[in-house]
Amino acid sequence: MSTLTQTQEALPTGAWNEDPVHSHVGFELGYASGVFRGSFSPFDARFDGDRGVLTGVARADSVHVLDENLTAHLLAPDFFDAERAPLLTFESTEIRRSGGTVSVSGVLTIKGVSVPVELEGTIDDPFLHPSGTERFPLHLETTVDRRAFGIDWQMELPNGGEALGWDVKLSADLFLVKA
Amino acid sequence: MKVLGISGSLRRDSYNAALLRAAAEFLPDGAELEPWDGLKAVPPYDEDDDVEPAPAAVAGLRDAIAGADAILFATPEYNHSVPGQLKNALDWASRPLATNPLRNKPVAVVGASMGAFGAVWAQAELRKILAATGARVVDGEVAVGHAHEKLDPDGRLADDSLGEALAEVVEALVTVTRARDLLAA
Repeated sequence: MSTLTQTQEALPTGAWNEDPVHSHVGFELGYASGVFRGSFSPFDARFDGDRGVLTGVARADSVHVLDENLTAHLLAPDFFDAERAPLLTFESTEIRRSGGTVSVSGVLTIKGVSVPVELEGTIDDPFLHPSGTERFPLHLETTVDRRAFGIDWQMELPNGGEALGWDVKLSADLFLVKA
Repeated sequence: MKVLGISGSLRRDSYNAALLRAAAEFLPDGAELEPWDGLKAVPPYDEDDDVEPAPAAVAGLRDAIAGADAILFATPEYNHSVPGQLKNALDWASRPLATNPLRNKPVAVVGASMGAFGAVWAQAELRKILAATGARVVDGEVAVGHAHEKLDPDGRLADDSLGEALAEVVEALVTVTRARDLLAA
């Protein structure tokens, strides 16, 4: 007698928006010998289950780091160039689910430059939250070379190394609530 | 369009001030170069003095930057770098960083020196400093070496290729400034 196990491949249907309090979009990259982290808040994330499309939008000036001078530099032409490119956007082109894991192909636009990206992560089925709303968790991450977006600022450290890493890990921890 | 001209040299017959006058000839109709002559009066930066109201010379500098659509810098080179007084003025202008008037301001850098290299290292450092303030640094370089042979005090360039390079930098600065105006419209 065999046991049949089914792998869930279906994505939730209907329209879903992020729960801003329990969602987080962040980035991290090497800084000198440590790690520099930041996040975007607020941001807008939506999953259209009927089209199977995940979208995200953040204003460049919603970047959050723990130093106002660094924020100012991140908004300057050296980095996000918020004056010319006020929005960072993502739109998926394909989502593949296999049980609790998910792979997402899409296009990420930063500093006005659109680059195809592949994200990997985890997903779970919608459940009824005690607040009475349906929601599901979606975690995605990828690593990009910031030079692909024209963000090529660099400073040489006294020991000859580079001050800021080129590879940037991007992560989205989304709690998506049925609209 | 008002282009502020800032020379990093204080000398009365400065080649860099002359280079700014040469650059002014390449501005299109409707654009004018306004030389800024307040550099010598800017006091040494001291955070204790960086309060409101700002020292008059500093307020004048900040107002001149805020009131300009773009800035063209011409710098000499002292010990392979930017003249201290120019760096000092930019330190004043850039604080506080998050609201400073140089943010997103289109700027370009040219330079003249009596040596062979035309202040190329000072220009590179000045571009780095300006980028750190949040300015929009326009690509392009004009390095007038042997300035005493190539530039007379009236701003006439003896070298056509230098004139062409200067015209290109001025054009790039004007183009970026116009694009910014369109964005704001």
